[in-house]
Amino acid sequence: MTTILDPTDERVPVARRITPRTGDITGVVGLLDISKPRGNVMLDELERLMAERLPGVELRRYRKPTFTKPCPTDLRLQIKSECNYLVEALAD
Amino acid sequence: MTTAFNLIDMEGVTRAYPTGRPSLICFVKEDCQTCNLAAPVIESFAKAWGTKADVWMLGQSTDGNLILKDRHGLTLPILDESGCKTSFAWDFEIVPALFWLGADGTLKTKLEGFVRQEWQDLDTQIAADLKGQPAAVAWSELPEWRPGCGSKHLDPQIHDKLLADATDSPIRARRIEIASADDIAEFMYDQGFSDGLPLVPPTAERVLRMLNGTSRGAQDVVAIVPPNMAPVTVEKIAINAVMAGCKPEYLPVVIAAVEAVCTDEFNMHGVNATTMGASPVLVINGPIRARIGMNMKLAALGPDNRANATIGRALRLVVRNVGGARPGGTDRSTLSTPMKITMCFPEWEEGSPWEPLHVERGFRAEDSVVTAFAMTSGPTQIVDQESRQPDQMGGTLGLGLESMFLSKIHRMPTDALLVVCPEHVKTLISEGDYSKARLRARIQAVTARPLREMVANEISGAGIPLAMAAKMSEAHLSGLVSKFADEQNIHIVVAGSEAGKFSAAFHGWVTGPMGSISVSRKIET
Repeated sequence: MTTILDPTDERVPVARRITPRTGDITGVVGLLDISKPRGNVMLDELERLMAERLPGVELRRYRKPTFTKPCPTDLRLQIKSECNYLVEALAD
Repeated sequence: MTTAFNLIDMEGVTRAYPTGRPSLICFVKEDCQTCNLAAPVIESFAKAWGTKADVWMLGQSTDGNLILKDRHGLTLPILDESGCKTSFAWDFEIVPALFWLGADGTLKTKLEGFVRQEWQDLDTQIAADLKGQPAAVAWSELPEWRPGCGSKHLDPQIHDKLLADATDSPIRARRIEIASADDIAEFMYDQGFSDGLPLVPPTAERVLRMLNGTSRGAQDVVAIVPPNMAPVTVEKIAINAVMAGCKPEYLPVVIAAVEAVCTDEFNMHGVNATTMGASPVLVINGPIRARIGMNMKLAALGPDNRANATIGRALRLVVRNVGGARPGGTDRSTLSTPMKITMCFPEWEEGSPWEPLHVERGFRAEDSVVTAFAMTSGPTQIVDQESRQPDQMGGTLGLGLESMFLSKIHRMPTDALLVVCPEHVKTLISEGDYSKARLRARIQAVTARPLREMVANEISGAGIPLAMAAKMSEAHLSGLVSKFADEQNIHIVVAGSEAGKFSAAFHGWVTGPMGSISVSRKIET
């Protein structure tokens, strides 16, 4: 572990920043199956509910080759270029 | 100072000092020959007095402790002092270092290195204190003197870290822990600390070394940085200077630059916020130029010299990280300028026939000074390879400056910073003295045009509106107006290679109380 010193005026907490929430869901939502068993069951149900409640939103499914390794760069870039949001499902 | 400690011995037992008993605390490191000579002696001490006192060996390397134990068949407690925190706190320089302490913690004797007589005297002293017999040491077989080695805690890398962690450390900034799985450079990008280029991680050790570049206190507040109006300390400047790639000896220049731009006159907020895309341009004068190895000659305004490149960058990082000035936030530059990443160069005073910039502005020649200008463009080249007469040369420089903002616009209350190259200087002085005042007058003379040329027309709608011009007399419209509202708007320095007839100009922003006024600050080391 490396420790560095904060170069700012320290007004903002240092933490991993999450994407700002806009309050609504539009565009394309990706559903990423990490290939862990039964992850698809959860995503199927989520897709059904989202299609019902968010008719204007396009849903796209993605699948990692294996849950044991990080997402391949090509797939990550594909998701980034095609989606406004992503739900990553972990199930077992 | 013999402070308390908790260290783990080779059996995994935590040993806490003070113990409430007399103690002989011995600091050693395995790769020191004298420590290896002393280790069996310390073992003999432990055997002699271990029942009445705590005789402990504190080894400065975990692996080294194992080697010492095996090599010398040691049985006394060997504590893992690889972090060197206790060594740092106990404040000695050489190993082996022995501390003989009373049950109440009183220091009775301290030895560093190996002087046989001193060690023998200590043996006698401890035996007397504990009312026992001296240890079984064959003193006559030992050398009279061996110097010992520098303690590991004084290794610069380790010492700076220990200093940073110590309770009286000058470091006060929030510490940010980066997980070992994280890439440090990527983490700093993610946190928004970067100007777009990679940063040097500002570890406490690096920041401490940076702080050595100034005699100012780390917590001195240097300025209030807009737009957040955040107080910036020497420490915060040092952190950003580390990230920018500065050496410690550059720090006083960065501090002076921060002072200069965070004044009401310079108006860093306006310079940062304007859609026009203004930036500080720093000119360095005085002896510090040579001392820190700045480049004032070939490629003075360009890449590769570390001081030129990183001082301007450090200023920018302070303004964006401490002040919070970022594009899209309060920085509203339409196109912006690479000068916002860095723009700093020294004047080549020795190649100039004129008083250096800082002397012209009221400082002594032996002062080191930073002058900050708010500039929107530059360096733009002024090319003339043909002129041989001094006034032709002055004329070219004037015509080059006429393009500032828009060539038709004159009588501008706006600064320009003219960087005259050595070959152009040569031409200017080829027939004798050619003062800055004469050059300024020449620039104004060759750019004098009838006011009529500033009126909006079918070629360009910029300038004096037609309705306003209609109210002006013919005489008024025929009157000549020069490029600059005042000759004092023209700032002149010398820099660059001795080969090449290419001068350059930086074009200003709004000069004056409503905009920015150039500011000079003495660089205090």
